[in-house]
Amino acid sequence: MSEKQNSAWSPSSRELERRKSRQSISRKQAGIAAASTILVLGTLALILVTSPGWETVKATFFDIDYGREVFPTVIQGLWINLQLTFIGGAAIGVIALGLALLRTTKSPALTPFRFLATAYVDIFRGAPLILIILLVGFGVPALGLTGVSSNVIFLGTVAVVLTYSAYVAEVIRSGILSIHPSQRAAARSLGLTSGQTMRFVVLPQAIRRVVPPLLNDFVSLLKDTGLVSILGVTDAVRAAQINASRTFNYTPYVVAAILFLLITIPMTRYTDRAIRQRTSAQNSEGAI
Amino acid sequence: MSNVLELVNVRKSFGAEVVLKDLSLAVPEHTATVLIGASGSGKSTLLRCINLLETIDDGQIFLDGQEISDPLMDVDEVRRRLGMVFQSFNLFPHKTVLENITLSPIKVHGKSKDEANTHATQLLKRFDLADKADQYPDRLSGGQQQRVAIIRSLAVNPRLLLLDEVTSALDPVLVNEVLSAVRDLKSDGMTMVLATHEMGFATQVADEVCFLESGSVIERGTPEQVLHNPQNPKTQEFLKRVHQAGRL
Repeated sequence: MSEKQNSAWSPSSRELERRKSRQSISRKQAGIAAASTILVLGTLALILVTSPGWETVKATFFDIDYGREVFPTVIQGLWINLQLTFIGGAAIGVIALGLALLRTTKSPALTPFRFLATAYVDIFRGAPLILIILLVGFGVPALGLTGVSSNVIFLGTVAVVLTYSAYVAEVIRSGILSIHPSQRAAARSLGLTSGQTMRFVVLPQAIRRVVPPLLNDFVSLLKDTGLVSILGVTDAVRAAQINASRTFNYTPYVVAAILFLLITIPMTRYTDRAIRQRTSAQNSEGAI
Repeated sequence: MSNVLELVNVRKSFGAEVVLKDLSLAVPEHTATVLIGASGSGKSTLLRCINLLETIDDGQIFLDGQEISDPLMDVDEVRRRLGMVFQSFNLFPHKTVLENITLSPIKVHGKSKDEANTHATQLLKRFDLADKADQYPDRLSGGQQQRVAIIRSLAVNPRLLLLDEVTSALDPVLVNEVLSAVRDLKSDGMTMVLATHEMGFATQVADEVCFLESGSVIERGTPEQVLHNPQNPKTQEFLKRVHQAGRL
């Protein structure tokens, strides 16, 4: 209803003054930020470099030449972690959604499945991931079942998927429960069935709401794929371990850590941004 | 009589949309200024600019003679002198009625818990809500919630109370209990700026009525002048439509 910007308007002298004042405030703040950053980081760097053990630390953890030498094997291992993350992530998404739907269903016919889903989540969310990896990775091949792969990468992925499905199911379920009942009431009164209500009204809102925590879980999934190295999978962690134990120089671990960070840090930044955007999109209360 | 609030040529735009245009307003102490106008005419934006929830693009806003639109002003300190009641109540659902009311007195104004509780209980008694002190907001009716929101904004003894369509989310029966609470405040001498669609109520409490259209006040005066004998054709048209909707 408002009129379009009136081109005849030019800011009053008071507004110009105010803009100048705002500029000087933000300049002052930038100055303070820069000074404090230089002071704090500079002091930390100084303490680090002048500390007595620094030379030994550098040789043991930050041997650049050795790092360069092991880099190809570590990055090859990282490729396994990434494959595991993406293939596992897709499987986790599907299973977790199913579990979450089962746990929130009120349909009487599905009651036993609801109990089973609850038991599943309780067990796999409660047991340490490393234990599940050992059980599946070493236990399943010991059964000698025909038709079941004994490929450690496959079994490692299965173990991770089993555990993470339980985590992610709970995140999705909390999203579903967070949708206000009035939304369901509105959808049902439009004649949508309970399935349609879930599919078209509740789930879309719930998933949007839980995207930030899901991205969080995705980051930890990538890190936890490193645990399959205990099965003998030559992932980035295992590759680094092999190299480190050969020379007792721990630079390969640092290389692996840096490679993980190069992936996880941008991912967490992206998650932070997603959370911020979600909050500001839902919040019409201005910049307080 | 000094002006508690004064707006001089205030301008606010969102992108290319000019929402407030050269808007000037003076609110003397112990008076109530009522803003009327169609949805989108800028009433809520005006209140949010006064509360510094929005930064104005030009003009000046004075509170007790002090320019609060100055970027160097401490916005928290300014807001401590203002009370605001929202259309959608905005009570904190995880706190009881009493905790909602005493939060700011204790955390912001440094009152002791006993002092804050005593004051809150007095206010609750006055507005017939004494028995709800320990309930959670979701347990109350809309009218009760809005009265709690009003009490919450009063608990810090504001210089100026801003009320943004406080009855728009209520049914007609509940509207009355909220309006009578506002009338009580008015007779206590509280200085207020209200945006409302309740014309009858505006007649009762307003010292000045301002009709907003496209971000400007195009007619202002006493309730009798503006609501019963409007001069501007746009005001006449608006009031005719309100009248047809049965709200005058």
